[in-house]
Amino acid sequence: MGLKNSMNTKPRKTKIKIRDLNLYYGDFKALNNINMNIYEGEITALIGPSGCGKSTFLKTLNRLNDLIENVKITGSITLDGQEILTNVDVVELRKRVGMVFQKPNPFPMSIYDNVAYGPKIHGVKKKAALDEIVEKSLKSAALWEEVSDRLHKSALGISGGQQQRLCIARTLATEPDIILMDEPTSALDPISNSKIEDLCVKLKQKYTIIMVTHNMQQAGRISDRTAFFLLGDLVEYNTTEKIFSKPEDERTERYITGRFG
Amino acid sequence: MSRKRKMKDTFLQILIWTFSLITVGFLLWMVSYIIFRGISGLNWEFITSEYNLYRGKTGILPMIVGTLLLIAATLIISVPIGVSAAIFLTEYAKQGVLVRIIRFATESLAGIPSIIYGLFGYIFFKGTLKLGFSVASGALTLSIMILPTIVRTTEEALLSVNPGYREGSLALGASRLQTIYKVILPSAIPGILTAVILGMGRVIGESAAVMYTVGSVPKIPAVEQLLTSSVRTLSVHLYVVALEEADFQSAFATATMLMIIIALLNFAANRIGRRLVKEKGIG
Repeated sequence: MGLKNSMNTKPRKTKIKIRDLNLYYGDFKALNNINMNIYEGEITALIGPSGCGKSTFLKTLNRLNDLIENVKITGSITLDGQEILTNVDVVELRKRVGMVFQKPNPFPMSIYDNVAYGPKIHGVKKKAALDEIVEKSLKSAALWEEVSDRLHKSALGISGGQQQRLCIARTLATEPDIILMDEPTSALDPISNSKIEDLCVKLKQKYTIIMVTHNMQQAGRISDRTAFFLLGDLVEYNTTEKIFSKPEDERTERYITGRFG
Repeated sequence: MSRKRKMKDTFLQILIWTFSLITVGFLLWMVSYIIFRGISGLNWEFITSEYNLYRGKTGILPMIVGTLLLIAATLIISVPIGVSAAIFLTEYAKQGVLVRIIRFATESLAGIPSIIYGLFGYIFFKGTLKLGFSVASGALTLSIMILPTIVRTTEEALLSVNPGYREGSLALGASRLQTIYKVILPSAIPGILTAVILGMGRVIGESAAVMYTVGSVPKIPAVEQLLTSSVRTLSVHLYVVALEEADFQSAFATATMLMIIIALLNFAANRIGRRLVKEKGIG
């Protein structure tokens, strides 16, 4: 699908350029010639019915698809001008591109150790430095006040919504530029849902967020741009306002109005 | 529910209860018979004194030491190898020919009767490698024997670790190796402990394979010769005392001691496992 991109909004710096991206699981083509730009400081929502490739697409951005056998990727993805599909240190990439998963997955260790996990891996050893990072990240994830008195207790003892915010804090601890979110609230209750949505809106001042969501209202509420995927194709990509009020493609319109999903 | 169905249901329940009771009954009967006949011979002197038939001493201390020694040596060899193999099979290996060969080998090893291990150990470790009748020969032989159990059980434990942990760790920039030893292995510890307990059980229960490789010298070895000396384990002693010396009181007392040690080792392993889980907050 061609690049459909409105430049009517205030011009932003392009953070990620995706060109002619194709992905195969063995013989099955999961992503078909994707072309799009992701802009800095925005929340970009990826919507579409189940199995349309949006999670797969998300995972190409931090090379998490490398884990799967038989995956072939062609095309180019550049982050700040640097190609990330080849010739790049995957560890460094994942430091800059963090990910939050659908089902909260805090490690079976203390809250402190969870948040400190990333920085420790990347070389931070001094306790004072780690203490500072942990506090800062938990505050940025709006979780500090709720857990500051139980930092060394198991992360598995807090609620689902808190666990997800912990995972966000964990991601923030490596000071990424970009945060990928794969349906971050679909496993949570409505109150946690709105807490996290508020958090995302706050976070986009410092980070670029790309979020897969099944919840169109959510996309409508918080995203700046929305991309509609269908069966591996990028059908339409525009500002959220445009997509939800005046979609250009008939398929987009039918999905948005709930004709199929 | 119709009457006929209800009757069938009740009948099935009775059947299940009966078989369960038979199974448990057998176990209880066997254990209590042994304890009943053995408890009288199990006094402090018996447990802590040396064994010297010529002087009329029938203590089993050397056998207790021998058993514990053999268990320790076997575990020290087999657990690192088994766990590493399991990690390789679950985390690194591409599912292809190599993995299938390894799995076939592991499964086959599991089915070999222990007497054959005994003979192999006798010829190879004792003979060819000239290790003689020794704890070393026995530990090496028994390690091969319990390796399949350790590998299989550890594999199960690793595979049942929440895959979210792996994804989360890699997404933060950790390497495969870091992910394994920081997150996955610690989570799998309860399962690995199960593997250890199963392995220990097999070692304690072995008699034929042990006799042919470790021998049956009923003396506590000197510290400098811990691995090179021949010792006698409790199971071997049981055999010798019952079948060669017809000292049944000693035999039952030894059997009772054996069961007590098994219970204690399992209890200790579980305790350690639970402590580790609590300390690390593994859920």
